[in-house]
Formats: sequence, structure tokens, C-alpha cells
Amino acid sequence: MINQDSKTILEVRGLHANVNGIEILKGLDLTVKSGEIHAIMGLNGSGKSTFAKILAGHPAYEVTAGTIIFNDQNLFDLEPEERARAGVFLAFQYPIEIPGVANNQFLRLAYNTVQSQRGKEELDPLEFDDFVREKMKLLEMNPDFLDRSVNEGFSGGEKKRNEILQMALLEPKLAILDETDSGLDIDALRIVANGVNQLTNKDNATILVTHYQRLLDYIVPDYVHVMEAGRIIKTSGKELAKELEAHGYDWINADDHSKTAGVRL
Amino acid sequence: MSTATSNSYLDNLLQSWQRPPASSWLDQLRANAMDSVGTLRMPSTQDEEWRFTDISPLSRLPYPVAHAAPKVQLSDIKHCYLEEASCRLVFVDGQFVPELSNIADNASAIIGNLSSLLPTGDTIARYLGQLAEFQNDVFTALNTAFLRDSACIIIPKNKSVTTPIHLLFISKQTEVTSYPRCLLIAEAGSNATIIEDYITTEEAPYVTNSVVEMSLANTAHVNHIRVQRDNQQAFHIGNCTVSLAHASQYHSVSITLGAYISRYNLNVILSGEGAECAADGLVLISGRQLADTHTFIDHAKPHGKSRQLHKCIVDGMAHGVFNGKIMVRPHAQLTDSTQLSRNLLLTNKARIDTKPQLEIFADDVKCAHGATVGQLDKEEIFYLKSRGLSELTARNLLTYAFGGEVIDRIPISSLKRQLEEIVLARTQIS
Repeated sequence: MINQDSKTILEVRGLHANVNGIEILKGLDLTVKSGEIHAIMGLNGSGKSTFAKILAGHPAYEVTAGTIIFNDQNLFDLEPEERARAGVFLAFQYPIEIPGVANNQFLRLAYNTVQSQRGKEELDPLEFDDFVREKMKLLEMNPDFLDRSVNEGFSGGEKKRNEILQMALLEPKLAILDETDSGLDIDALRIVANGVNQLTNKDNATILVTHYQRLLDYIVPDYVHVMEAGRIIKTSGKELAKELEAHGYDWINADDHSKTAGVRL
Repeated sequence: MSTATSNSYLDNLLQSWQRPPASSWLDQLRANAMDSVGTLRMPSTQDEEWRFTDISPLSRLPYPVAHAAPKVQLSDIKHCYLEEASCRLVFVDGQFVPELSNIADNASAIIGNLSSLLPTGDTIARYLGQLAEFQNDVFTALNTAFLRDSACIIIPKNKSVTTPIHLLFISKQTEVTSYPRCLLIAEAGSNATIIEDYITTEEAPYVTNSVVEMSLANTAHVNHIRVQRDNQQAFHIGNCTVSLAHASQYHSVSITLGAYISRYNLNVILSGEGAECAADGLVLISGRQLADTHTFIDHAKPHGKSRQLHKCIVDGMAHGVFNGKIMVRPHAQLTDSTQLSRNLLLTNKARIDTKPQLEIFADDVKCAHGATVGQLDKEEIFYLKSRGLSELTARNLLTYAFGGEVIDRIPISSLKRQLEEIVLARTQIS
């Protein structure tokens, strides 16, 4: 929901970044206010996932220029774990499997770490068990997943649900969902989207990184941005996604070119 | 090459040994073993089997054989007791201590120490010293030559001992050598779980030289958990030989936490058709510790199955060694064997030498092996940090999880808890 008076949660200006010495982001600008849902679309290689990883602080990505202000703080001053505690959450495109670490142990550790940072009460294993089971209902998850190793042997859909479960537990200020729709069948997509919708409110914000319009039928964005070659080249309302679906990404370029041509004439 | 006469450790032991006057079978065994000692020398890194394990520090230590054991306070060792174990044999410096032991009135088995069971028949005489060959191994020869006491367990035909049998070997005197010994005879169709547990109350160095022999008859089923928690000054040389008859099953988990220098040799011979063995291990060492595990799984008959997962977690400047030899002899067709050696180095100065060694002489077999040496996975660390966990917590959790896979295979929950606490405490220091 757009409200011009809302507080700015994320302010990205002129962001440039490299991976393995290759420049991927080339001057990205984005402003996100509380209550808003932003979709970032674009072809593979346009830099969407790189941007998502940089927000979370992945060490493999090197920022070479630009600024990111998150909640009045310089995001680059914060380590990944400090970002998480401050309310940045990345739902991974490919959630990591961690054999030997029980999911419930991991979830409780993460939950209590963030809770204590916020000066709130930590939960003991029994209390947490009740709490997490309640949250799992939101995502129609089988409680058996608590006793298994983190993401180990989970199907694609189960991993994505486990990501959104973590989002539900950590209650972030800014959630970045990196291709959360990929690999989901339509039922799983509906469940995951429904979970996300229940977690969004006027005080937080969500960035959906996606390739397809499909997810946006279920989570309706306030803004749709199109990325190409490391920059956002077009921003519009939710109807942009439909047009992209109908005409393909080339349509934007064609559109731009005709405008340019028009000026020349 | 060091010879027997130039080695003060060996010299001291040889001088203290006296040829027994009587000539019982046991005295004869000791005398034969001592004759072997005379022909052997201490191994050096020139020997292929000891290439990575330099035991020369031991050679300089004139540690005599441990004599009369001093008293051990119950309060010093009680934390190692296992609630599930209804039967516990306690040995201090290799000698049986009945006051601390608890041999439940167990109708299913004959359990005790050597001297108390010798008069009960000739079974022990037929087995003791038969599996643990001392002709080619100086440590087995020394243990046998100085054999004074032993844990003896006989599980009669078709009997099951439902609760674990806990063998607690305590080192109390320092600057001595003790010779723990164990003999297990599992008769046909029997079933038992044995915990072989080495602890100490002291902090100064000592030498433990242990020998275990296990004989499993047809369809017998034995779980063997070995825990070595010596102090970090100690020397520990352990030899275990297991013989598996037709369709018997041997499952072992070995946990190595202690000792300055330790060596564990596990030899399993699948001498009957359709025998099955699992030989898992976890080594968790730090500082300047060295832990060497040599296993030899010998598939001598067809339809055998062996499984092995060996893990080392090496911190500080410690050094882990694993040599896993699997032999499939010409007639051992349809053998099914897997071996995996996984190693985690926590610092740049930690070191691992791992050597899977398959020798296959049969043509219709299924054998797989692999070895990995690595550090903690960066993507896993980032994933945990992205959920608010600190770098240290993330690393500790992943290290703990790495070891947890082996500890989980121990079927005794109180021992599992004890070990989980130790591993947790250890992984939190670094």
C-alpha cells in the first residue's frame, strides 16, 4: 500500500557492484517506504539476485560505489548478522542444506537471537515448539520438518516454505524474496503467497525478485521495476507486469527506442 | 632405525618383566609374547604403517608398568557412569576394582575379570590371545607379556544382554604404563552392547596400551562403542581385533577426544559368509594432539557387507591421521563395502592425512570409497548469519553438526548426551 507520508525504509543510490571482478550492478537506484511491496523483474543476468544478495551482505559481492541507507543506518556498516537483527531478511533462491543441524534448533536459535536484540523475551524449547507449530499452520507445513536437518532432503517447495516460516518468526522490517516462486507448483505458490500476504503490514516492506508475472497474481505489488544490465530501466504500477508477460522484455526496449526515434524526428 | 636395546621406554619395560616360574597356559602366553617383544622394535616414521605418527616422544619416557592401583574416589568418576548400563566393570591402571564395579546378577552372561573367571572353564583359555596377534606388533606383544588382568565377557548361545555393559578403564597413576585388556566371546545367536571407555582423573602424562579381542559366532550381534577421553598429555595405543563368523553383525563407533599422541588399530575379519560390519569413528582434537586411526576390514568370505564413516575435526595445530584399508579376498564375491572419510580443518595449521586403501581381488563386488578434507562451508556460514547468528555461533553450530552425525549412531542416550556436551564445550572454545 502506497502512502506518501510513510517512512523510507530503504534508499539505494548509484549502486555499483562486482562479482569476481565483473561489474554486475551499474548504478542502481531504488526507494522503498514502509507498507510497500516492490517487484523487481528482469531477464536472467540483469542483476536482480545480485542486488538481493548485496542487501543481505553476502561476502562474495563487492560494492564499488553507491550508498544504501536502511532505516536511517548505513547498511554497509552492518555485518550480515547485524542486518538480520536490524530487520533485513533474505528468502534465498536456493536455501542452503545444513546436515546435522536440526531445523527446530536452528529456528529457535535465530528467533531468540533476534528477539534478544529487540529486548524481547526468548523462548525455551517447549515454548518455542508451541509457537513455531502455530506459525507452521500458516504455511500448511508438516511439523515433522522441525525434527529434520535444516532443508536437508526437502523438496523445492518445502525449502521455500521453510524460508517463509523463518520470515514469519523473525518479523523483518524489509523482506527480500529472491525468486521464491521458482520451482513451486500452483498449490505451493498459493500457500507461500498467502503466507507472505499475512506477514505484510503498514510497518514493513517487501521486495519480490521474480522472473515471472505469475507470483504477482497472488502478491500484488505497489510498484514493478524492470532491471536490465545492472540498472532499473523502468518503474510503473502492477499493470507493467501484465504487459511484460504479454509482450516480453524486448517490448520495453522497443518502446524506448521508438521514443528516442520520435525525439530525433 | 631404533632398536629394542636403544629405546629407554622398551628397555625399562623389559627389565621389569620377570619370567613366570609356573607354566600355566597363561604364563606360557606371556612368555611367548615377551619372546616376540625381544624380536621387535618400536615403530618409527620409516615404517609405512607409522608414516605420519611419530611416537619417538614415547621412546624417551621411562614409564614402568603400573602396579597396585591407588584408590579412586567415586565422586571423581561418577559423572562418567551410564544410567542404562546395569553392568559395569571398573579397572584402575589396568587392574580390576570390584568395589567400583557392578556385576549384576546376570543370568544372560558370564561377566567378570580374568582371575575370577579362570576357574569356570577353559573357554577363556581357548580364546585369550588368539585374535590379537603379537608376533608382529610390539604393543600387542607388550600388552600380552604384561597381561595381569582382563575384562572377560561370555554371552552364551542365543542369549541377549539387553542393557549395555560398561567397561570403565581409569588412569590414576601418572608416568606409568597400564595394559587394559578385554575379551568378548559372543556365542551363536547372542546379542550384546559393550562400551569400552577410557578416562582419567589426572593431568600428567601416562601410557595406556590396550588390547581388545572380540569373537562373534554365527549370527551373533555386537555393538561396540569405544570412547577415548584421556588427558592431553597421555599416550594411548589401542588394538582391537574382531572376528565375524557366518551372518554375525558387528557395529562399532569409536570416539577419540584425548591423548597427546594416540593410535587406534581396528582389525575386523569377516571370516564367515554374510557377515556384516559397521566401523564408524569421530576424532575431535586440538592444540598439539595427534590422533591416528588405522582400520582394516578384511572380507575373507562371500556376501559380506561393511560400512564405514570416519570423521576428523582438527583444530589448533593438531594432526589427524586415518588409514582405512579394505581387503576383498579372491573368494569374497558379492561383497558390499562403502567407506567415507570426511575431515574438517578448523585452522590453517591443523593437518589431516587420510588414506582410503582398497585391495580388491574378487571380481563381483560393490565397493565405494571417498575422502574429503575441507573447511566449514562459507555458504552455510552466510546462511546462518543471514538469520542473525554470529560468525562464532554459526561456526560452532556447523562444527558440532559435523561431529553429531557420528555421535548420533551411538545407541545409548546417556553416553550420547555426555559426548554431545563435551563436543559442544570443545567447539565453543575455538
